[in-house]
Amino acid sequence: MFWLVVLLVFVVVFSMFLGRYPTPGLISFKTILTDTLAQKLVFNLRVPRILTALLLGASLAAAGGVFQMIFSNPLVDPGFLGVSQGAAFGAATCIIFLGGAAWAVQASAAFFGCLGLLLSYLLARRVRYGGWVLRLVLAGIAVSAFFSAGLGILKYMADPLSQLQEITFWLLGGLWSITWKQFLTILPVVAISLFIMWRMRWRLNLLSLGDETAFSLGLAPARERTLLLVAGVAATSAVISVAGMVSWIGLIIPHIARRIFGADSRYMLPASILIGGIFAILCDDIGRVLMAGEIPLGIITSLLGAAIFAYIMINQKVPTNK
Amino acid sequence: MEQQLLSFDNISYTYPTGTSPVIKHFNLQIPAGTITAILGPNGAGKTTLIHLALGWLHPHSGNVSLAEKPLKAYSRRELGQWMGLVPQNENTPFEYSLLEYVLLGRTPYLDPLAMPGEKDLEIASQKLSDVGLLLLKNRTMPSLSGGERQLVLVARALAQQPKLLFLDEPTSHLDLSNKSKLVQVLRTLQNQGVTIVFTTHEPDVASALATDMVLMREGEVLETGPADQVMNDRSLSELYHLPIQVKELNGKRIVLWDN
Repeated sequence: MFWLVVLLVFVVVFSMFLGRYPTPGLISFKTILTDTLAQKLVFNLRVPRILTALLLGASLAAAGGVFQMIFSNPLVDPGFLGVSQGAAFGAATCIIFLGGAAWAVQASAAFFGCLGLLLSYLLARRVRYGGWVLRLVLAGIAVSAFFSAGLGILKYMADPLSQLQEITFWLLGGLWSITWKQFLTILPVVAISLFIMWRMRWRLNLLSLGDETAFSLGLAPARERTLLLVAGVAATSAVISVAGMVSWIGLIIPHIARRIFGADSRYMLPASILIGGIFAILCDDIGRVLMAGEIPLGIITSLLGAAIFAYIMINQKVPTNK
Repeated sequence: MEQQLLSFDNISYTYPTGTSPVIKHFNLQIPAGTITAILGPNGAGKTTLIHLALGWLHPHSGNVSLAEKPLKAYSRRELGQWMGLVPQNENTPFEYSLLEYVLLGRTPYLDPLAMPGEKDLEIASQKLSDVGLLLLKNRTMPSLSGGERQLVLVARALAQQPKLLFLDEPTSHLDLSNKSKLVQVLRTLQNQGVTIVFTTHEPDVASALATDMVLMREGEVLETGPADQVMNDRSLSELYHLPIQVKELNGKRIVLWDN
């Protein structure tokens, strides 16, 4: 765990030097000291961007870990339960009807993200087929499809010269427009949510065993589960709102953390936060350095995420009885 | 007067999705220090009864009291320290080690945001060794056999150090040697003053372990009393609607049935 922290710090510092100015690759220490443009670039663009990538990866991974534990299913991810599609729909709605001011897009994305989860949950309670987890996933698929259909209508209606582009970029996910202001806007929500998830990680273990057991061990399962879910959705919605749709991190990072540190959330959750941060920063580095035009972050995480996921599925027995 | 540790006072309960009550005007007193078997066919309402005792379900009428105080008078955490549960089965998709799993039993003694400490680890190891699985402490839960997993659940409930322990069909996954191990563990526990309540649909198990017995059918008490009085041909035959004979052999009761 200590080495993960060291690695994270190293990746953050390394990424500060990495970019395409003045030439692709690493900027020299001397240039930063002498070149004022380089200074501005590093401190006003790169640093907030790297820190946001850190928050993004940490939040998605932590929320993924929390969701997997709460739903007792290692294959769950906030994206499966209507949160991501809801947030995308919310962002598009705002871009088209409410003018698309950055803060409004974020608020709308967060609101619809929570709505997506709520709808999935309410629908799952009424589904009369399969176990609870299967019902949730089915409900999530239905709600996600509902929102993506809505999104389709919105894209069709959007002005192709301005609004459609904005929606598309948002859907691809990326951090090119991050400034200190945006970083500071999401920081409080993300920090509080991560803190709650981190502090409650022991009890999270119990929630993964089912309500009957959690209750007999002195928990108030409904209340504690709701608190953790809200924390997970809040963090996810906050980072999605500035970064757009970035998928797969929430699913694969907790798997990797579990493989290295075991299932106990005492270690799995902090490890997910750290590995998630490292992974997101590195993906973002690739996106901004590899080509002259930037590759959207969502594409890179999907590419790498899907590959890692396939690898995990082939090489690891994922035990699940539900 | 003997102290009643747990009492059900005219309890009725209907599931929200159900139409008829699962538990009907149920009365039962469980004195401290006893081992009570709740014996009955599948669907008699045995598990529901345990859930009511834990406070997990709330009766529609009547009262459950623990040490002469209604359940509502206790906090969640206090109830966690009073009562432990070994559930019938538990979904464990994650690869916890056995020791981590047993350690979870310490939760009622921890502050809401605290992590278990050295002392908790010591207790967890001790309980794992009590059920004979200390050597496997670093194995993961999904790699165990059904019987071993059941014993780990027992160890976790022991780590909870409850005064009252519920076991829901504890022997259903156990082979004979594990059954006998469980019986030993529970007897030791009784000697330490823990009150034990378990459900079973197997009369042999009930007979091997229980001091007291409750025969339960369709949510009602058919008969209750000391095990040696309740275990007889007439009451068991009535319970299962089958001709059943109870015989004594070397001081032990065995149950025979005809098809």
